[in-house]
Amino acid sequence: MTKILEINGVSKEFKGFKLDNITFGLEKGYIMGFIGPNGAGKTTTIRLIMNLLKKDSGDIKIFGMDNVSDEVPIKDRIGFVYEENYFYEHLTVNKMKEIIAPFYGKWDDNKFNEYCEKFELTPKKKIRDLSKGTKMKFSLAIALSHNAEFLILDEPTSGLDPVFRDKLMDILREEIQDENKSILFSTHITSDLEKIADYITFINNGRIVFSNQKDTILENYKIIKGDTGILTDEIRNELLGIKENRFGFEALCDYEKESLFSKFEVVTEKPSLEQMMVYLSNK
Amino acid sequence: MKIIIKNSSPDPIYKQISDQLRGLIITGELKSGEALPSIRNLARDLRISVITTKRSYEDLEREGFLETVGGKGTFVAPQNMEFIREQKLKIIEAKLSEAVDEARMLGLKKNELKEMLDALYE
Repeated sequence: MTKILEINGVSKEFKGFKLDNITFGLEKGYIMGFIGPNGAGKTTTIRLIMNLLKKDSGDIKIFGMDNVSDEVPIKDRIGFVYEENYFYEHLTVNKMKEIIAPFYGKWDDNKFNEYCEKFELTPKKKIRDLSKGTKMKFSLAIALSHNAEFLILDEPTSGLDPVFRDKLMDILREEIQDENKSILFSTHITSDLEKIADYITFINNGRIVFSNQKDTILENYKIIKGDTGILTDEIRNELLGIKENRFGFEALCDYEKESLFSKFEVVTEKPSLEQMMVYLSNK
Repeated sequence: MKIIIKNSSPDPIYKQISDQLRGLIITGELKSGEALPSIRNLARDLRISVITTKRSYEDLEREGFLETVGGKGTFVAPQNMEFIREQKLKIIEAKLSEAVDEARMLGLKKNELKEMLDALYE
């Protein structure tokens, strides 16, 4: 399998925050969800991938090329959607497109027009008059109109309603029908990823907690619910996170540790990504 | 071809898919040689990840129900009637042993269970 993205031992230190020796990769043809609480290092990582920040150490390869020395040919093949609006507010949709299009070797105007129609984007409208959702659609139309092989989406769904988020997922599903395309999608709204993502990378406090196939991750953990009386110190030590109240406890544990509770009356459930994020972030 | 995914099921999604496809093949609803949607198509339509559908197909290939022809797609493998019979017998056996377990829990005798079976056969 071909790796589309390889991040190897990358570190970057700021005042009060350190991205600490992170390593993960993504294979061609798949969608990776990049999750973590606010301030965990998602956007920093993405900015390092895009070479918008200079890393202190480590290396990043995209399409097998170095992301700094081969930045230009790499970026021609990347579609990028950023959480914030980075377009000129006073220009119309069409004018902005005309400025961006020449930067891309494989710009496809027909495709752009198709997306404009699909997303109900009015070419003559000024960017500043677009709603938040429509601005996102515009970014997306730009990102999808130059035959990019790698889409990097930084928090594309934050602040958007569930109906639009659902549509976005459909668009991504459509994109991935081409097995040469890959998507890296950062978000803290894990429900968006619950179904669509093939891989999940979880970052917390500047460190990668795990990066693996989503199905494997969800099978490796269990949520246990039961009476607080059974929580001995020995059992507590084995749990990855516990929440207690006067009615009982809920905890996350390794799949293999489920047997600790075989003697007790407990409820065992499959965790959601959200539960995993909450428990593992509080650790 | 009907596939329904239950989010409330304790079974992982890949297993729900392979179980249902296997069922469709055993009952003959999917015939040998019939083409299946590509893993990417199926993932899109079921709104799940590509890796999940890939895993279901791979499991069924290993079991001999499906075969993938490079560049052409995935098809229902030519089914050996003997093999299908065996699979069905396995299902019956599993269900019967379930019934036996339940009967034991109730303290039912072998004869009583046999009587029930006789009655059902009528």
